This record gives sequence, C-alpha cells and structure tokens, in this order.
Amino acid sequence: MASVAERLRPRELLSRSGPLGGLILLCVVMTILSPYFLTFNNLFNVGTQIAVVAILALGQTFVIVSGGIDLSVGSVLGLAGIVFGWATAVANLPLPAALALGIGVGALAGLTNGLLITLANLPPFIATLAMLSAARGLALVISNGQPLSPIPAAIRALGSGDLFGFVPLPVVLMLVIWALTVGILRGTYAGRCMYAIGGNEEASRLSGINVSRQKLLIYTLSGLFAGIAGVLLTARLASASPQAGFTYELDAIAAVVIGGASLSGGVGSASGTLIGALILGVLRNGLNLLNVSAFWQQVVIGAVIALAVMTDTLRRRKG
Amino acid sequence: MSKRITTILVVILVVAALMAAVGCQRGGGEGGGGGAKIGLSISTLDNPFFVTMRSGAQQAAKDQGVQLLVADAQNDSATQQDDVQNFVTQQVDAILVNPVDPKAIVPTIQAANQANIPVLCLDREASGGKVKTLIVSDNVKGGRMAGEELIRLVGGGPVAQLEGIPGTDPARDRGQGFQQAIDDQSAVKLVASQTANFERAQGLNVTENILQANPDIKGIFAQNDEMALGAVRALGGKAGTDVKIVGFDGTEEALKAIQSGKMNATVAQQPDKMGSLGVQNAMKIIDGKSVPKKIPVEVKLVTKENVSQFLE
Repeated sequence: MASVAERLRPRELLSRSGPLGGLILLCVVMTILSPYFLTFNNLFNVGTQIAVVAILALGQTFVIVSGGIDLSVGSVLGLAGIVFGWATAVANLPLPAALALGIGVGALAGLTNGLLITLANLPPFIATLAMLSAARGLALVISNGQPLSPIPAAIRALGSGDLFGFVPLPVVLMLVIWALTVGILRGTYAGRCMYAIGGNEEASRLSGINVSRQKLLIYTLSGLFAGIAGVLLTARLASASPQAGFTYELDAIAAVVIGGASLSGGVGSASGTLIGALILGVLRNGLNLLNVSAFWQQVVIGAVIALAVMTDTLRRRKG
Repeated sequence: MSKRITTILVVILVVAALMAAVGCQRGGGEGGGGGAKIGLSISTLDNPFFVTMRSGAQQAAKDQGVQLLVADAQNDSATQQDDVQNFVTQQVDAILVNPVDPKAIVPTIQAANQANIPVLCLDREASGGKVKTLIVSDNVKGGRMAGEELIRLVGGGPVAQLEGIPGTDPARDRGQGFQQAIDDQSAVKLVASQTANFERAQGLNVTENILQANPDIKGIFAQNDEMALGAVRALGGKAGTDVKIVGFDGTEEALKAIQSGKMNATVAQQPDKMGSLGVQNAMKIIDGKSVPKKIPVEVKLVTKENVSQFLE
C-alpha cells in the first residue's frame, strides 16, 4: 500500500492530478481578475469557510468509495449541533459531556443508517433520505424551531481562534480530519475493505469480508464526521440553529465527485475530496470578491461542477 | 428468521412513532371546540419567524375557542397544495395560507374558492385566485427605514448589503426600499451587494469575502437578522462599533445583539401578530363581516434606545 505513488506511471499521475489542475487553473483566473484573491488573509479565509463542508465531504468519501451514498449528512450536522447546543445552553452540562453527546448523536444517526441498510435491506439512497428528514425533524423538535445560545467561550474560540497567530483553528481541525481520513483509507483493513466493497460487493463477500459489519462502520464514520462538523459550525456561528447544514449534503457529494471519486464506487481519495471542497470554496469566494450578481453565481457554480467532472471523466476514458 | 423479526420490529417502531406524533398533535390541537375549524398552511417551520407566526395563530385560536389545524409545507409548493387540499377535504371554515411561492399557490387557492372556503394570505401574496385579505409587513417601507438608519449611523463612506434568496418578495422589496434610501443621498455609497440566502452561515462567509475586497466598509445592511448575526460573527470586535450593522425581522437573538451593542438596529416584523390577525380576521369572515383587502402589519425600527420594549 505504501508504494502506491511509486507504481504510478506519468499518465496516471496526470489523471490523478486532474482536480488539482482544475483548482490551480481556477486560482490563476481569480488572481488575474481580483487583486484581493491571492493574499494570505483571503486564502486562510477560504480555508475556514470550506472546513465544515470539507469535513462532511471527507466522511462522505468513505461512503462513496464503498459504492453507497449518504444524503443525511446535512441534517445529521444540524441535529448534532442542536443536541450539542441544547446540552450546553439549556441543560448546562459540562463541556466534555456536551461534546460527547453532540458528536455521539451524529455517530448514532450514522449507525442507524447502517442498520437500516444492512439489517432492513433498504437501499442507501432511501435509508439516508429517511434520515435526512427524520434528523432535521428531531433538530426542530428539540429546539422548538428556535436557535439555541449562548455557546461556551471555549467552543466559540474553536470557530474564530487561530494557531500560532495565523492558522485558523477550523483549518487545523479540517487538516487533522483529512489526515485521519487518509490514514483510514490507505492504512487500515477497513479502508481496503471500502475500496473492495465499492469495486465488487459480491466478490468482497465471497473473499471473506464481513460486508455488513464494514458498512455499519462506514456509515457510522460518516455520521461521526457530520457530528464533528455540526459542532464546528455551531462554534463558527456562536449559536446552534436547527436549520444549520440545510442542503450541505449536496455540497459534500459535489466535493467528493469533483475530487475524482466515482458514484459507482471503488474510486476516490481523501486528498481529492479536499481539493473538490477547495474548488467550491474558491469559486464562491471569488464570485463574492468580484461582486458578481446573485443570479449569475448559481449559473457559474453549476457550470464549473459539470465542467470539472466532465474533464475528469473524459481524461479517464482516454487514459 | 432474524430478518423477519427485524422487519416486524421496524414496523412496530414506525407505528409507535406515528402514534406518538399523532398523539402529540391531538393534545396541542384541541382545547377550544366552539365549532369553527381553521386551517393554517405554513411555508416552512424550519425558520424561527414562521414558528412565531404559528404560535401567534395558536394563541389567538385558543382565545377565540376555535380549532386550528397547522400544516408545514417544508418550502415545497407541491406539499402545500396537498396540505390545503386536505383542509378542503376536512371541510374547514377558513384557510390561512403563507404561500411557498406566489404563483404556484394559485390553483390551490382556486380549488378552495370552488369549495366556497374563504382564503386569507399571510406574509406573502398570491398572484391569483380569490383571496379575502393579505396580512403582510410593509417590506419596502422597512427596507427604507433600515437604509435611513444605517445612513444616519455611518454618516458617510462605503457600505455593503447582504441580500436574501434571489427572486423572493421580501428580498426584492427590502432591497428596493434600501436602494431608495441610498439613492436619496450621496454621502454613503453602496459598494457591494451579495446574496447570503437569508442564512447565518452564508452571512458569515459572504461578509468575510466582502471584507477582503472592501476592508474599509463602514456599515452593513442585512435583509434578515440571521445574515446580520453572521456578519456580526465575521466582524468580531468591529461589529457594532467600527462597522455598523442593521438587520431585519427582530428575532430574539438579534434583539439581544442590539442590547449588547454587537448590532445597531433591526426592523422588527411582528410574525406573532400576523398569525393572530390571521385567525381574528378569519373569524370575522366566518361570522359574515367584511375585512379590508390588505391589512398592513406595522414594522418598527429597533435601536439600542428602545430594544428593551421588544425583549420580554
């Protein structure tokens, strides 16, 4: 496994770097168009802004690599944030307990997805669609539809503080989660199982992989990451909102796919996903810097998503 | 074998959940009696504003002793059509609609018209069908009030605007009122106007981005309080002092932010009053009295001086 990089031929290297090439091109264009784009401040700014979606997308990467899909991550993020907010603002629980509760609820929602898929035999699309609705509903029930605050200062600092005086903490957290994802995908049995199940589920089963158990783990990981993202978004906003993360699942899936993963499974990487999230973030940031009309922004974002995935697919077919 | 047991367990759980949910609604819905039955179709309960509107309607229904049925369309016009159709089937005496979309609601209203059930619109207009009355805040006036207050606070220099969901009535009307205030003078200039879709997280991100391109900004008008609170987060220590922030809606969190000096002003809508006026006017119509075609709900400028009146 460690020698993956060595085994790559130049052409494969090119096809692997497709999303990175797109990101670099996008950055060059933005630098030419706006004098404010290529500054330290602004780049960290983009990093901070993508952190929440990137963490969701990294969790989603496990699911998509294994050939599934998790539509519930945006709602699970909202539920985890609200449970965390309720635990600190309403129940006045100590911070570690509140954190464990919030993130734990995310993991529990993910585990429930896994159980619905493996035990009740629901297709992932349906099981997680059900969770999308149920988790959002529960967030509204718990919060009675109102945002919950105040959030403890230590957590607010996670949203707005920085390391060494210049690296924003959300970026640090995102990089830690990214490293964790790389480690799981490349360095563990579970990671290899994800690629195997995504490549051919029946063959994986026949070769002795306990597919059900692995799927439980995969969806629990996705829920866990959504829980962490929920706490981070709550930290950034200094308030837990039941609407938090609305439609974020679409951004997360887009980031994974722009990053070169295949929705039919077996292909994808943590770094690709991070680049996918960066492409979306740079695009939104750049359009704001250029003061582009709101109507056109949506068109441009749609076009770039289609273009990014299209060039990647074409390049693969040629290769 | 174990699969069958799982299936049975899942079915039992689902049935139990449904029964619990129905039980809760019964508990909340009944209480008055009185005979009259009113349906309230709300665009979404994913937003504190509409939750407060529902509470106002529920309180009024309780006071008047009428039964109020509430349906949440979850921002989907098709769901809303079904919800209202269900009210017609249940033969309610009046229907209060807070449309998801002013055009898509028209056939639904026409269906209620055919069943001779009076329809009242809350907060948003319907572009067709017979509607007895429209109960709505004056958003253009409110946008203008917000603009004039921001100009007064800033005195002179560049300001920015956070827009709502593109193409929606409140975004258009508040933007129009704000623009009128800006056009009436020359000291304060609008240098950036970007959408943050009425969302706090986007309000935070978009404000950060605007600040990169316009670091010298003196004030921000956000077309709702959620985005304004996002801007507060983006500005940190500068919020309310170096950069003045004016919002719109008058949510509880925004009022607290004004009290603590993080925000400077907001234009308070009264969603609870919209809800209660809806029920009261529906009762008038049921009793055969006439009501005006449009019932404006006052908007009020909230500043640090008068914020305590709005905070209960």
